[in-house]
Amino acid sequence: MNSYDTIVIGAGHNGLICAAYLAKQGQRVLVLEASAAPGGLASAREFHPGFKASVAHTISHFSPRVVEDLQLQSHGYQPAIAPLPTIGLNLDGEHVVIGVDGVTGVSDDDKSSYLRYRAAMQKFARALEPFWMKTMPRIGNNSPGEMLTFGQLGLRLRRLGKEDMLEFLRVATLPMRDLMDEYFDNKHLQAALSWDGLVGSKLAPRSPNSAVFALLYRMLGDHNGGHAIPGTGIEGLINALLNAATAAGAQVRLNAPVTKICISQSEDGQQATGVELADGEKITATRIVSCADPQRTFLQLVGARYLEIEFANRIQRLRCEGYVAKLHLALGDVPSFVGVDRPDGRMIIASEPDALEFAFDDAKYGAASENPVMELVIPSLQDASMAPAGQHVLSANVMYVPASPKGGWTDAARSALLERLLTTLERHAPGLRELVLHAELLTPHDLESLHHVTGGHWHHTEFAVDQLLMMRPTYEAAQYGTPIPGLYLCGAGSHPGGGLMGGPGFNAAHEILK
Amino acid sequence: MTSEAIAHNDPFAGERLKHSHFHERQAPMNLRDAWSSWNGFKFADYYYDAEYEYFCIRNTCATYGICPMQKYMISGPDAVAMLDRMVTRDVSKLKVDRVTYVCWCTDEGRMVDDGTIFRLGEDRFMLTCGSPCLAWLRKSCLGFDDLSVEDMTERYAALSLQGPTSCATLLTMGLDGIENLKPFGVMHFPFNDASLMVSRTGFTGDLGYELWIDPSQAIAMWDALYAAGEHHGIHPYGEAATNMARLEAGFIMPDMEFSEALKTIHFQHDQTPFELNLGWLVDFKKPHFNGRRALLEERDRGPRYTLTKLDIEGNKPAEGAILYSGKRCSKEIGYITSAMWSPSVKANIALAMVETSMLDREIWAEIYYQKELRYYRKVARCEVKDKPFWAPARARATPPPAF
Ligand SMILES: Cc1cc2nc3c(=O)[nH]c(=O)nc-3n(C[C@H](O)[C@H](O)[C@H](O)COP(=O)(O)OP(=O)(O)OC[C@H]3O[C@@H](n4cnc5c(N)ncnc54)[C@H](O)[C@@H]3O)c2cc1C
Repeated sequence: MNSYDTIVIGAGHNGLICAAYLAKQGQRVLVLEASAAPGGLASAREFHPGFKASVAHTISHFSPRVVEDLQLQSHGYQPAIAPLPTIGLNLDGEHVVIGVDGVTGVSDDDKSSYLRYRAAMQKFARALEPFWMKTMPRIGNNSPGEMLTFGQLGLRLRRLGKEDMLEFLRVATLPMRDLMDEYFDNKHLQAALSWDGLVGSKLAPRSPNSAVFALLYRMLGDHNGGHAIPGTGIEGLINALLNAATAAGAQVRLNAPVTKICISQSEDGQQATGVELADGEKITATRIVSCADPQRTFLQLVGARYLEIEFANRIQRLRCEGYVAKLHLALGDVPSFVGVDRPDGRMIIASEPDALEFAFDDAKYGAASENPVMELVIPSLQDASMAPAGQHVLSANVMYVPASPKGGWTDAARSALLERLLTTLERHAPGLRELVLHAELLTPHDLESLHHVTGGHWHHTEFAVDQLLMMRPTYEAAQYGTPIPGLYLCGAGSHPGGGLMGGPGFNAAHEILK
Repeated sequence: MTSEAIAHNDPFAGERLKHSHFHERQAPMNLRDAWSSWNGFKFADYYYDAEYEYFCIRNTCATYGICPMQKYMISGPDAVAMLDRMVTRDVSKLKVDRVTYVCWCTDEGRMVDDGTIFRLGEDRFMLTCGSPCLAWLRKSCLGFDDLSVEDMTERYAALSLQGPTSCATLLTMGLDGIENLKPFGVMHFPFNDASLMVSRTGFTGDLGYELWIDPSQAIAMWDALYAAGEHHGIHPYGEAATNMARLEAGFIMPDMEFSEALKTIHFQHDQTPFELNLGWLVDFKKPHFNGRRALLEERDRGPRYTLTKLDIEGNKPAEGAILYSGKRCSKEIGYITSAMWSPSVKANIALAMVETSMLDREIWAEIYYQKELRYYRKVARCEVKDKPFWAPARARATPPPAF
């Protein structure tokens, strides 16, 4: 039996970040990861001999603060110099291309609206920026520090000036569709810009809720919302995090699934004391930090009986059904897309907001979309190590695909969806089918079993206003500590949320080190 | 439930009050047709005269239908652990065929309800309470898979028999050995083809029992009981007499002493067990139960209000009165929750919520009372009482005194 200061469950990027910060402060840290590779949803996996892919395939808002604090560049991370252009694919080849400083393929009106839109969104994103890397105040607790955070938020918004502040409050929970209609005429542009507000949530363009928040959240980071693939790929980022954690003294054990968080109970109450592994091994620690999603952490690893009744039921009610599937294609050559010189951008197949809306409607009623919409990249064009020489990987996020459709994920249901995806792609890239050496479709259900994430959910649990900020994942656990002394959360299910970002891991470590 | 009263083609059939298993016998005895309702059942407020019924409880014996009281059977290997996490008391210590009084709280330590738990087997418990509790039980079961919860409310015919001659009545009825049943104990007797369960429990603070039987035997049991009680002064009583008896005993009533936490709108309009003077029900030796952390804080900080027994000068019941720290009524320190002139104690008694920090000071009640439509005001001095107003030795004696 070995004893540690901290055991981190899960070597997702947030788990590694948390471990690195704690180890840097001299803690004895052990990271236990169920899978054979680190990185969680961002881990690189060989899905066909010689071909690799990671579920998360681009970076939009990874925290520059974490890059700096953990000196990730000296550990092998190479931030992308420029973001990928976002290309709204049009069957006739007249694409909409959204780049760093403007948009092409749209009317002059839309071009100038885009600049206005971008300026407004950037202003709002900057106002919110400090709050993503900060513990949210506890509701009902008015300690000076927590009041300060509230005060700062108010001040930040006030500093926008009255007009912008009111505008921010007006658009904050607006449906994507309304926001787009206010600015643009071009349907391809509307759909492509909506993507980042919707992906990963159970939201369609006409759903009010957190789409604008998600958009602003993703505008953090180096490229103001632009997506990028780092020099050494997503794998390079994960390896750098792993190196940073181990260099600071953390131990990382792979193939070590935790089956139970041990809770001691005495007259003094409860305390998390250690974990039990699948093979029965028990390891003790002063505290346990879980990068696994909140439902898994509390209901499977802890057990509802150790929690309070209303808290346990709130965790049970968290909305964790993922709606994004992942398609990985091993290709014999670079595919050619109609009207695209070199497919090294981030391409979006959704011809108009209604294409997104109707795709959502199918999923809403329990079926994968008849006309799926997707976002795809060919990451092997940036990182050659992902495929054998001259060959390539196509990686696509597909909406909307429910984790548990009516009738379940039968072989027939999967092959029907795969067929629809290939047909859709073929229309934009004639001849693509011929290049396919192997196709892998990962439904949210598959992502759940492969990566141990409830519902295969992008954010571990829905990124929606009732599950955000001081409500994420739910009150009483929104400050990384939990009702059980010695048990903390550090994954995407905690504030600020998912995506390759690092906020939850960073904030959890700071909360622990307070 | 009997349904003769519900006519064919009644457009309001689903809205009418249900009849309890004893209704057939109770209805003709309700000379005043003084019905109210409880959990959707037609329920006697009183039968003839509330004071008369109260005196039956205190001097002979009387029956009170508890069919509308909620009854849940919780069985299975996880039953004890589930209940132990839900209620504040240690249920694991409860022996088979024993009953315990419990309360349960929200995560914030606010009282959801109180009730009793009967341990009917190693893994079989019956929970009784005043208001429906199934939703809370279901929530409480999350994480406890090896158990079942059944709503037994309508599957038991249950009758409370209270008063000094209650034991004698049961003996006359043929329940040999009942005199040896200790308070909070349970015994089982054959009755026709059924099993009659008797617990020494009640809500009057007096000697008394509760009888539990299959609904098919309800009328037969009633008849046997009333035949046996004929010379022991047996009489039915209703809600009004119950309320008098329970106040003398110092028992709390929902919607009078406390608001069920799940039903309040204002977050401070509910109570903790400490405020209700039920701290003795909270067992901090247990490592985990719902509300433990909040209750620990409450215990250490001390409750803002404390439910207090008051003996008030004069004879004007202090119903609804506000309490003050001085005769001039300038500083409010609490309010009366229930009040009455107690015929047995011969005192003007009340339960009241009083600011804990003011308990050792003077307490004055501002009482309004009416005489032939005219209101009068009186400010009366209150004295704090620690013991229940009514706690006769026979309530605890085993065997109880014979009649
Ligand atoms: C289809 C899809 C596509 C996505 N694409 C992108 C993208 O392009 N860009 C982007 O920024 N974000 C993307 N995301 C979101 C992003 O991948 C996640 O939000 C992020 O990876 C979450 O990181 P994490 O460290 O919090 O948790 P995870 O990466 O989920 O890591 C949790 C880790 O805990 C481990 N674990 C769980 N339970 C146990 C246990 N009992 N014992 C041991 N280990 C355990 C898991 O194996 C896993 O390694 C995508 C998500 C999905 C679902």
